[in-house]
Amino acid sequence: MRLSSCALAVAAASLCLSSALAQEAPQIVRQNLMKEIGRSVGAMGAIAKGEKPYDAAVVEQSLTTISTNIQAFPDQFPPGSEEGHETDALPTVWERPEEFRSQADELYSEAQALLAAMPADQAAVGEAMRRLGATCSDCHETFRAKKQ
Amino acid sequence: MALRWSRVLGAGAAVIVLGAAVLWYGSAPRPASAETWEGLGEPDLARGEALFWAGGCTGCHAADGAKGEDARILSGGLALTSPFGTFHVPNISSDPEAGIGAWTLAEFGNAMTRGVGRDGEHLYPSFPYTSYVRMTPADVNDLYGYLQTLPASDNVTPPHDLPFPYNMRMALGPWKFLFFGDEPRVELASADDRIRRGQFLVEGPGHCGECHTPRNALGGLKADLWLAGAANPEGEGRIPNITPGSRSVGSWSEADLVSYFETGFTPDYDSVGGSMVEVQQNLSHLPGEDLAAIAAYLKAVPARE
Repeated sequence: MRLSSCALAVAAASLCLSSALAQEAPQIVRQNLMKEIGRSVGAMGAIAKGEKPYDAAVVEQSLTTISTNIQAFPDQFPPGSEEGHETDALPTVWERPEEFRSQADELYSEAQALLAAMPADQAAVGEAMRRLGATCSDCHETFRAKKQ
Repeated sequence: MALRWSRVLGAGAAVIVLGAAVLWYGSAPRPASAETWEGLGEPDLARGEALFWAGGCTGCHAADGAKGEDARILSGGLALTSPFGTFHVPNISSDPEAGIGAWTLAEFGNAMTRGVGRDGEHLYPSFPYTSYVRMTPADVNDLYGYLQTLPASDNVTPPHDLPFPYNMRMALGPWKFLFFGDEPRVELASADDRIRRGQFLVEGPGHCGECHTPRNALGGLKADLWLAGAANPEGEGRIPNITPGSRSVGSWSEADLVSYFETGFTPDYDSVGGSMVEVQQNLSHLPGEDLAAIAAYLKAVPARE
């Protein structure tokens, strides 16, 4: 009994370790979450600009990705990830965590509301882009390093 | 010989006196004639609101970071830092005491298009009348009518904080003589109506060139570098070149520009940044055809690198 529980503990610990090793740095995880959001916004933008025909599946998938990713996003800033991997995160992320989280929530709610209403044509996708755009720049201005 | 010298001296004195007289006369604040602001009729408030957003009044005159309905409360108070000192933006809300609610149309029009204040004084070009001068009296009437419908604020703003010699308003007379006029910023010989509309919006109410064009040591715009990008007057970084020769936005299509004005997304779906965030939010209130006109004009101006 004792032996088996010990073995179990060892097994659990090694499982933890291996998954920790396989896990990427939080800087990379959050950058990938944002890149996917960017690609989703891009897919909607192509429709809004008329470069691609309206496609409800694309719009739905894009809005779903945006809301899923932004929900996970604020959890990818553990202590120790303030620097490295070319992170653009500003110290404000850790200085004002509540504000940071509420900004992410704002985009989440916006994406959820848009999903519920489901933009039904090119013009509606354009309007959705306006609403998403405002939340993006608000948060970037406070929490992301400026591009030079 | 003595006679000749006295003649030279006399002529010199005459030139100096004449020069001083010309300078004095030439540099006095010059409001428009009273008839300019008469008989304009009832303002068109919808046009006035469009001019309000095109002009970005709220960017400087509302409280810092004001959003939504708060952006329509023009209480002033923002401090604009510049190489010449700090300008404190005045209250232009409809409050009759603290704001401009008691101003006549002529007083408002002379401030907007002549840079002349209510007491007949020169205004500093931190208030971009150097661009607004391209607006017509009808535009001014519509805008003023719209501003009067906005909420009153009793906020009293401090005077500008400028060191000598920039605190001397008289010096703005010669400055205006050198740098203030209503000519087009660029000659666009083959421009169609859409480009002309864009030219009005960019060179006039939009006052884009006030930040996107570099200035000389006296604060005048460098005419040959129109929209070619400039140092950021409020601190680090640069305000980008927005001519077709720009390395950052020269490759953007007109549709890209319109989409950027509407949504704040760049063609690679990054978000608008810096002081342009607020400008973009104002521009997003404009009708699509006006944004298309701005884009067409930006593609028509001379490329600068």
